[in-house]
Amino acid sequence: MTFSYFPGCTLKTKAKELDRYARISAEALGFTLEEIPDWQCCGGVYPMAKNEIASKLSSVRALASAKQKGQALVTLCSACHNVIKQVNNDMKTDSNIVLKANNYLKLDEPYQGETEVLHYLEVLRDKIGFDNLKAAVKNPFTGKKIAAYYGCLLLRPGKVMQMDNPENPKILEDFIRAIGAEPVLYSQRNECCGGYMTLEDKPTAQNRSKAVMDNAEEYGAEMVITACPLCMYNLTKNSGSNIPVVYFTEILAQALGLE
Amino acid sequence: MRRIGVFVCHCGTNIASTVDVKAVAETLGKEPAVVFSTDYPYMCSEAGQNIIKEAIKEYKLEGVVVCSCSPRMHEATFRKTVQAAGLNPYLLEVANIREQCSWIHKDKAEATAKAIVLGRAAIAKVQLNAPLIAGESPVVKRALVIGGGIAGIQTALDIADAGYEVDIVEKQPTIGGKMTQIDKTFPTLDCSSCILTPKMVDCAQNEKITIYSYSEVEAVTGFVGNFSVKIRRKARYVDETKCTGCGVCTEKCPVKNVPNEYNLGMNNRHAAYIPFAQAIPNVAVIDAAHCNKFKTGKCGLCEKLCSAGAINYNQQDTIVEEKYGAIVVATGYNPISVDKYDEFAYSQSKDVVTSLEFERILKADGPTEGHLQRMSDGKQPKTIVFVQCVGSRDTSGCGKEYCSKICCMYTAKHAMYCREKYPDTDVYVFYIDVRTPGKNYDEFYRRAVEQYGVHYIKGMVGKVSPKADGTLHVQASDLISNEQLHISADMVVLAAAIEPDKSARPLATMLTASMDTNDFFTEAHAKLRPVESPTAGVFLSGVCQGPKDIPETVAQAGAAASKVIGLLAKDKLSCNPCVAHSNETMCNGCSTCANVCPYGAITYEDKDFSRRKDGSMIRRVATVNEAVCQGCGACTVACPSGAMDLKGFSTGQIMAEVDAICK
Repeated sequence: MTFSYFPGCTLKTKAKELDRYARISAEALGFTLEEIPDWQCCGGVYPMAKNEIASKLSSVRALASAKQKGQALVTLCSACHNVIKQVNNDMKTDSNIVLKANNYLKLDEPYQGETEVLHYLEVLRDKIGFDNLKAAVKNPFTGKKIAAYYGCLLLRPGKVMQMDNPENPKILEDFIRAIGAEPVLYSQRNECCGGYMTLEDKPTAQNRSKAVMDNAEEYGAEMVITACPLCMYNLTKNSGSNIPVVYFTEILAQALGLE
Repeated sequence: MRRIGVFVCHCGTNIASTVDVKAVAETLGKEPAVVFSTDYPYMCSEAGQNIIKEAIKEYKLEGVVVCSCSPRMHEATFRKTVQAAGLNPYLLEVANIREQCSWIHKDKAEATAKAIVLGRAAIAKVQLNAPLIAGESPVVKRALVIGGGIAGIQTALDIADAGYEVDIVEKQPTIGGKMTQIDKTFPTLDCSSCILTPKMVDCAQNEKITIYSYSEVEAVTGFVGNFSVKIRRKARYVDETKCTGCGVCTEKCPVKNVPNEYNLGMNNRHAAYIPFAQAIPNVAVIDAAHCNKFKTGKCGLCEKLCSAGAINYNQQDTIVEEKYGAIVVATGYNPISVDKYDEFAYSQSKDVVTSLEFERILKADGPTEGHLQRMSDGKQPKTIVFVQCVGSRDTSGCGKEYCSKICCMYTAKHAMYCREKYPDTDVYVFYIDVRTPGKNYDEFYRRAVEQYGVHYIKGMVGKVSPKADGTLHVQASDLISNEQLHISADMVVLAAAIEPDKSARPLATMLTASMDTNDFFTEAHAKLRPVESPTAGVFLSGVCQGPKDIPETVAQAGAAASKVIGLLAKDKLSCNPCVAHSNETMCNGCSTCANVCPYGAITYEDKDFSRRKDGSMIRRVATVNEAVCQGCGACTVACPSGAMDLKGFSTGQIMAEVDAICK
């Protein structure tokens, strides 16, 4: 099983572990991530303005590249996944954006949203299967109480992302069970970490990430996992909590006996 | 060629502002068969109808075309008109130049051209119309009410009061419905049980009413005046005729951990149970899914203890077959599941409850015996947050787009109750809009705000976070002061949207009654026929037709009853003569038509087509039972040899219309 893979800027700089563990775990589980050649920034934030087109083009280029190879496109960073999936939805449903994007890009063949966009977690759930993952685990985290932190971008908007119920998700909890640990359910798991607010209004970001970590701690979490580099930053730098926060790919690699 | 008259209606400006009616009348007047053509502002008015009658006499018309609104609206009116002038009513055709022309077009020239084409098609068809005579069918003087909540109860009582037999089919072990679970009723705050249970007793004692509790409608055939219904009486493993409702079996049954439906699962019941003290019929039920005797074969305690000898583990479901003249649907509603709204943490905390659960907490026969308590620890809540519109007026796709209509009033009732009984309680209500139209309703809500000091806040709760110490951290927006609120609450109450009962959709299919996209039954006319289904003989009572509160439900239930009484008072109904018939010389007896007929109107018989010299020739041919046929036309399309045809809509007539349009 080979997928086109879009790592994104942060996975080449601050979040190298998220990327590295994902690749070695993929090989161990029998699928390959083929990095798209010459990929560019996903756009960073999905533009809400209807007439904003330029910042969507790099996502379309990545999507078209996967289409050329006839592969699904796998992402890992929550923000990249959110932008690429939403842009792909535009390319499926908004004829005006389709026309403009194709006019700009002048691709050999016009792109109209044909590529399937998958988050790495969806590959684990839908292509590998959590049961098979469980069978592949060599070092199960038996008894470990792990809290899943979704943040906002991974699941929302629910109609477009189609990953899980945004208000009552379970994909990460099922992942935690698959690696032998015990998921901690706490209500802040799908709330905002503070996001980019940390740049202009630090106290707000601190409040938000503290609320998340405190709530996880209250319910007995020994570890918090996330898929998002920005969440990782806020939860470790802004929350004041001492509970370890790790990328889900890191404990995946550990569970598979790769570290 | 028949002598045709054409009458073009302006419908005020409804048609005339988009269609040049004079031009239509003039152009159609030049059609070969048309001997008279005119236009008039309101053809359906008495003066308009008189124009038609006089023209029929003066010009010896043999066919009439009225270009006006949809035939659904006024075909019956104009049929009566032509009949009054001595013409067969089926020699009338209506060309719909309003709904299918003026209302949907803007360009006058185009609309006028289309109206002329539609008129030509009607003229071509009426040339081929055969004079039809409606037959008669008898009316079975008995009504069926499906659903035994307040809607069904009121309808049944009113029909019985007029002297007709009524059967109530209720799927639960007792009649009474949602109203049995409610504590007090707005806006007068009378006790729900006190006003409902006498009506339940009336139903049980009325000799005209038969209650089939713990029963469901399984199949419906027939038509208005003569429905045939199969009712499945589920085995309750207790002989209804012997059980005295003494309650010994329900007390001694050793299985005590079955979630109690009456309290919405907030406490448990036994496997042998009577739903509540005032149940009608007051007869126990054994829940086979949980009973030890059924699961392991060991127990049988209730059988030993029952002094009436009513317990019967071998009881089977039985089917009752009964004939009815009219059917009333009163299937009611349920609150939606709030699973999709987990931002309110319903699945995470026992102290986040729905409004109906809160109602059970307040009611004396509920899980807390009427004491306001948290379900988690039994403590009295000091701060309560009510969230309105949970799933109502929701365009996100998770909930319902409609307003559930009852929530604003019951939330005001709950909020006031808390402040009245427990004045040290802090009560918040979050709302999108407060909608309290109705007699004494707005006054009721104002009382909550002004006299009882309930904090009404325009805005929505975004998140409820249960804390490890049991408090509920509520984060909300106050849209008027434009700020974020953080409230530490002890209890959160969700006003869940209401939706039609799940049994409604399959029932609608059985009745061939139409529904809207939300599974509410559609009325025959939204304003003028609000309690009748478009399917003749099927009537609507209560929330199955749309959200409504108790006073409205009772009013509609009475209205439905009066329509049923009007129908049952007739001895005979005239049938629709536009039914299928088979041309025996073309029929090859293949059974295709019988297989597609949804009404079972087609049978086969062996007929002798022998001519004297040829010897014997007996062939199997289709025959249509005209009293059963509803004229849907399915058989005419299915018939491979073209033997089936529909009177009033024959293949020849339809093709003549198509030819006229394509000319």
